[in-house]
Amino acid sequence: MKLNTRINGKEYCLEIKPNAMLIDVLRQAGFKGVKFGCGEGSCGACAVMINGRPRNSCITLAGAAEGVEILTVEGLGNPEKPHVLQQAFVDSGSTQCGYCNPGSLIAAKALLDSNPNPTAEDVKDALDGNLCRCTGYVKRIDAVLQAAEASKKTRKSTRGKK
Amino acid sequence: MAKTLKKETSKKAAPAAKVAAAPSISPIPESPLVFERPDKFNQVNHSLTKVDSMGLVCAQQKYVADLDMQGLLHIKVLGSPHAHAVIKSIDVKEAEKIPGVVAVFTYKDVPRVVRTTAGQGFPEPSPYDTCLLDSKVRFVGDRVAVVAAETPEAAAEACTKIKVQYQVLKAVFDPERARDKDAPVIHDEKDCRVPIPIFYDPKHNHCSHVETAVGDVKKGFKQADYVLEKTYYPHYAQHCPIEPHICMAYLDENDRLVLRTSTQVPFHARRITAQTLGIPVKKIRVIKPRIGGGFGTKQEVLLEDVCGLVTLKTRRPCIWALTRAEEFMAARTRHPMVITIQSGVKKNGAITAISMRIISNTGAYGSHALTVLSNCGSKVLPLYRAENIEFIGDTVYTNLPVGGAYRGYGATQAAFAMECQMDEMAEAIGMDPIKFRQLNHIKEGESSPIFKALGEGREGVDMAIGSCGLSKCITEGMKRIDWAKKYGKPGTGSKRRGLGMCCLMQGSSIPEIDMGAVFIKMNEDGSFNMLLGATDLGTGSDTVLAQIAAETIGCKLEEMIVYSSDTDMTPFDVGAYASSTTYLTGGAVINCAKKVREQIEAVAASMMGEDMKNVTIENGVCYGKGRKNKVTFGQVCNYAMYEHKQFQIGAIGSHISHASPPPFSAHFAEVEVDTETGEVKLLKYVAGVDCGTAINPQLADGQTQGACMNGISFALTEEYIFDENGRMLNPNFGNYKIWSTKDMPELETFLVPTYEKTGPYGAKSVSEISINGALPAIGNAIKNAVGVRITRPPFTAEKVLTAMKELVKPAKAAAKEPKAKAGVSKAAKPAKPAVKAEKPAKATAKKATVAGKKKK
Ligand code: FES
Ligand code: FES
Repeated sequence: MKLNTRINGKEYCLEIKPNAMLIDVLRQAGFKGVKFGCGEGSCGACAVMINGRPRNSCITLAGAAEGVEILTVEGLGNPEKPHVLQQAFVDSGSTQCGYCNPGSLIAAKALLDSNPNPTAEDVKDALDGNLCRCTGYVKRIDAVLQAAEASKKTRKSTRGKK
Repeated sequence: MAKTLKKETSKKAAPAAKVAAAPSISPIPESPLVFERPDKFNQVNHSLTKVDSMGLVCAQQKYVADLDMQGLLHIKVLGSPHAHAVIKSIDVKEAEKIPGVVAVFTYKDVPRVVRTTAGQGFPEPSPYDTCLLDSKVRFVGDRVAVVAAETPEAAAEACTKIKVQYQVLKAVFDPERARDKDAPVIHDEKDCRVPIPIFYDPKHNHCSHVETAVGDVKKGFKQADYVLEKTYYPHYAQHCPIEPHICMAYLDENDRLVLRTSTQVPFHARRITAQTLGIPVKKIRVIKPRIGGGFGTKQEVLLEDVCGLVTLKTRRPCIWALTRAEEFMAARTRHPMVITIQSGVKKNGAITAISMRIISNTGAYGSHALTVLSNCGSKVLPLYRAENIEFIGDTVYTNLPVGGAYRGYGATQAAFAMECQMDEMAEAIGMDPIKFRQLNHIKEGESSPIFKALGEGREGVDMAIGSCGLSKCITEGMKRIDWAKKYGKPGTGSKRRGLGMCCLMQGSSIPEIDMGAVFIKMNEDGSFNMLLGATDLGTGSDTVLAQIAAETIGCKLEEMIVYSSDTDMTPFDVGAYASSTTYLTGGAVINCAKKVREQIEAVAASMMGEDMKNVTIENGVCYGKGRKNKVTFGQVCNYAMYEHKQFQIGAIGSHISHASPPPFSAHFAEVEVDTETGEVKLLKYVAGVDCGTAINPQLADGQTQGACMNGISFALTEEYIFDENGRMLNPNFGNYKIWSTKDMPELETFLVPTYEKTGPYGAKSVSEISINGALPAIGNAIKNAVGVRITRPPFTAEKVLTAMKELVKPAKAAAKEPKAKAGVSKAAKPAKPAVKAEKPAKATAKKATVAGKKKK
């Protein structure tokens, strides 16, 4: 069957099997930032944003993504133009093996979109579904708070310019 | 630049051969004993950005699965449903008929080669007791058959169609029963053996034995005022890298087998795969791309043999990725143990004797069986001075999941036992547990006979402690946890608070055994390619090693282009284990970079018409005498490449270490225990680490935080639950709880700088040590809060509540306990009267009466 969906702002028409999971479809389409960690919705490595909400793509049927807007970590930014969250993860030392990062970044992006002034508790709530075995989480919580701070500043300065 | 002291060798140079005109310098390099200390650091000891981090957060860095490959086959391995059985017959015809199935392999299709899956140096100190496929299965999940198919679904379906007739055998699950006369023999095959001359008795499920003694423990116990004995049961655990094991195989243009694999040990993986498949090493290339964490479980050659087999037999590329359930059941685990410590202590706080007896459960195969066991002694016993020490360890086979290397590597298990016992001793003599440790812990300049007595499958290496920041870790940690104010004040309500702490040591590499090597070449813009055998599994070693190279050569980190872990392209390295990469390979980087720097100085000198000894280097620029002349690195390389006496500026360097200097650490935990439910809440956790010079403080801190959280979650929630047939019942993150952000306590970590002169720029290891602290620190905090000693972690509400109930019962028994409360120190203020807390009768403090005390 066909799946029509928007991924990172571009239209896609993908040929999929009816029982295909979104994680596999996205990876086959080249979005390797969607990682497999458990396949049962309990680690968050495969998280993507669907219509603005973080979702574990390993337990989402690809068919359910018909007509939606998907954001993967590749859509956040690239090394030349990283997203403020990606930059904050780098600066704070939040990335060790990095395998959990795409999912955590998506969860963090969803948080900042809905709550630009999060507290540390808000960040912990938002990232709770994204397991990381390497870092102990301390630095990434700081990173998200820093990114929130940084976005506020840019917002202010761009508003000032207008 | 820094001159290194050459190792003094007693060996005389061999007499020159008759034809030789003059005695030549041996091409075999000597690894320096110590490295010179520069006046200041430019690149190391700075928190520079991890070289791969931007690529990682933008998903530009590639892991094993991120390579698209035409015609890729998918592998699924049928796991055994039984803990112990012989395959009577196996029929794969129906499986082969499933559309998309390309090949099915059973033990009948592969040559029988016994070897170990433990990725250790050769010859390995682990028994050769594992085959690619065998006619016998020894634990639930053990390999039965391999299917390769066009799709994962077809492979999975084919597995369900394989007809196997098992003759189910009696199984043994209890390590304390494994050597009984009537226990079933797990390795009854004729060909299992050990490749080095060490104890091995598979006919009695007895996998390894280590025994050593210093002084006379019996005498030591006689000298003691109190002799305490207690048994501790550190439990099963899995590493849980978020990327499960995964390997891809394909044939390259020259028909060589390429294994792209998530491994910590690319060179050992190449060697062991060649051995297993019966092909030469030269036919195999192992590439380690980015990998999603390892923590020891990827120090195991687990998937490469199967992938190699499939690709060689089908001539097609293939991939095998473990599911999370397979990762739990069939990858590797932390060896669970039964550790009995008997210790003698005097009222003045002197430890007169320590006896540590261990039964380690290696499960169905003996991967790392001996070395994890000996590490229990060698990484824990030297921490405290005692004249009389005894260590007796045995590893046994059972029909349970297989043990392996896991961050901490035996030290985790033994530190739990030892550090709880330290608190028990302190309590018995009525001394503050910190004061007791301060009195006894090893200091700079001191040594321990254990270093020499316990090696890895052979004698260890004698050494004195060259750097020790433990005292500072303790005092600073005390402040941060507010020990003076809070210790011993549990409060009165239904929720009681407690503080606990512990001290730790580990090692840095395996001395005189491990080797690392590095190759550096210069490019015409003044940059350098650094090719490393070392394996960055997320730890940041690529960055740390590049910082060391930049520091030595005299340029910025950005000028180093790092490529690591490719057996065709990079020089050898034992791999990422034994806390060795920074310390050991860092040494190789210095040895290599010094040669490169000398070449640069020589070329610059000739360009400027200066004497080489007057050339100084700063930030990629070479200066002549008085800084009148200067040439940049780019000019130097261009000159060497194109202008005069052309050559490639570059060098290779190796290093072995002659010591394994321990990092030290003190950990502190504050808990709140609900006396009605038994629930333990970890409020605050503090860890201070002395890792010598932190080459990259931010990364070292990250290692510490990650290790602490792993240890904490191991102590409080992680647990293997088995049914009566040895099947793990909770092989998923839903039921095997690893901690996430909402579970976090307040976590504070700090580094205490010291300078270890045998290490590169003063560095020691940092990655493993901090996983060892949570079990004892939290265990001691629980005891401090509610008076119960939990010896069987994890510290679940149920266990704490049960122990508290039992504590109330034998109140009468406590009345006849001896005068253990006679504190000798003014500082003494145990949270509870010393012995009342004890339930298990054996642990009571009493006047030493060694006579009649038989070892079991
Ligand atoms: S892989 Fe999807 S939640 Fe773990
Ligand atoms: S950085 Fe390795 S799992 Fe998070």
